[in-house]
Amino acid sequence: MEVNSTSSISIRNIKKTFDGKDFVLNDLSLEIPRGKITVIIGYSGTGKSVLLKHILGLLKPTSGSIRVLGQELTELDVDQLTQLRNRFGMLFQYAALFDDMTAMENVMFPLKEHRRELNKVQMQEIARARLTEAGLSEKHFHKLPAEMSGGMRKRVGLARALALDPEILVYDEPTTGLDPVLTEMVDNLIVSTHNLRQGTTSIVVSHDLYAAFRIGDYVAMLDSGRVLLHGTPQEFLDSDIDLVKRFVAKGVRKELEPKASAAKPTSVE
Amino acid sequence: MSYAEHRERVNQAFDAVGRYLMNQAREFVREVGELSRFGYEGLRVFFHRPWRGTELISHMEFIGNKSVTIILMSGLFTGMALAYQIYLGFRLVNAVSLVGPTVGLGITRELGPVLTGLIVSARAGGAMAARLGTMRVTEQIDALEVMGVNPIQYLVSPRLIAAILVMPLLTGVFDFIAMFGCWLICIQLLDMDEAAFFDRTYLWLEPYHINEGLFKAAVFGLFFAVICTHRGYNTKGGAEGVGNATNRGVVLSMVMIIVLDFFLTNIINVFYQMTGDYRWK
Repeated sequence: MEVNSTSSISIRNIKKTFDGKDFVLNDLSLEIPRGKITVIIGYSGTGKSVLLKHILGLLKPTSGSIRVLGQELTELDVDQLTQLRNRFGMLFQYAALFDDMTAMENVMFPLKEHRRELNKVQMQEIARARLTEAGLSEKHFHKLPAEMSGGMRKRVGLARALALDPEILVYDEPTTGLDPVLTEMVDNLIVSTHNLRQGTTSIVVSHDLYAAFRIGDYVAMLDSGRVLLHGTPQEFLDSDIDLVKRFVAKGVRKELEPKASAAKPTSVE
Repeated sequence: MSYAEHRERVNQAFDAVGRYLMNQAREFVREVGELSRFGYEGLRVFFHRPWRGTELISHMEFIGNKSVTIILMSGLFTGMALAYQIYLGFRLVNAVSLVGPTVGLGITRELGPVLTGLIVSARAGGAMAARLGTMRVTEQIDALEVMGVNPIQYLVSPRLIAAILVMPLLTGVFDFIAMFGCWLICIQLLDMDEAAFFDRTYLWLEPYHINEGLFKAAVFGLFFAVICTHRGYNTKGGAEGVGNATNRGVVLSMVMIIVLDFFLTNIINVFYQMTGDYRWK
């Protein structure tokens, strides 16, 4: 798939080894188009999380190039990387909320760190707006993460990721450990958030192929540290690659919908 | 077994022992290097913007204010026990008037900073390792990094500086309350002469003895904070990893405080001799 001119992230021939022998990422190339939802899938241990850490600048490749929003990630110093990260929002697998802060304080945290020109009232207004956008009811705004359900925590995590109006939204296995109802809720939340923010690039790392086909504009499948196939959900269905066919057969349930209808997120009561 | 085989086995045994010792030495050097780098980075970034004043005060409150009660309890009973033991010994040589200064010197120069270091490293150091370890395994530290916040500056630096600042204060409290315990035993229980007690104590106990203990306390604070935050920050695994990090952090801190005390005592004495400020005659 060639989408270079409109790519948010362009990964070229990256290799990564931790011990000098085994390559976790092996000559991996991937173009992530701007303004679309790209889902990265693959079996466990195929390098999804390592690839994500490279995109976020948490790891540096052994060789190869990663261009994010036009900047070569491997050449940035710490300050430049920090600046670039402000243009990212990330929803972690288990939300990674700061457990000594309430939902509001969690969402206000990136604002306090990077938008120091705002006063407390303005920060609170933004935090309220983001939490509402993520579908959290106001009565939960002052709860600590320990007092919230998994679904609520995901919503707060998403609100925090949205706090700085990021250009790239990254979701790391957002539905892992959730029941089917919550899984669908999170999928819808990803799509509705994406639709509300035109131009935002969304990257979802998942091993749930069904969800990948429902929410993704593009799907990239990794295997042995390489991209096995990168294309639309339909291209996946039509693929002749044996591993893809097996993955599709196991991962996709009875009814396959190419994309979820972007329903407005329902509020958690 | 032939002589050659026997010699071969002995060689292999020596080889194994040698390799083990080399690995241990290499591991020790690596560990010291890593702790030094971590501590240096933690101190360096504290002086970079944005200032972490709120976090610093919050950690000072946690390490200091919340340790005061156990320091008061420990100090009081240490002073009383030491006074009584020294009294029993000095009574044999008719030198009970020296109980006050002896307790004073022992407490301010050694027991005050060491016991305060041990108590605070167990309480606050353990909490630091557990807190950072939990943040690591629940990806909260990764979240900070992704949000463009330097986790060392936000989490580690304020804890290091707070420990360095608060430990001398707590040691001062320990010294004071231990001397009060000594006074209780000597004057109220053993009915010694109060004027002689204070006179001898003022005569022998100099401000630089107290300063020496406070300086040691600051160094102990830095060491236990570096060790415990490093262990917590680099936690691997889940709940078990947090438990191991806390355990290893606290144990290593306590051992280091005792080992370091010996070397610091010598270094300080050499410093006094070099500067001509050495008055221990």
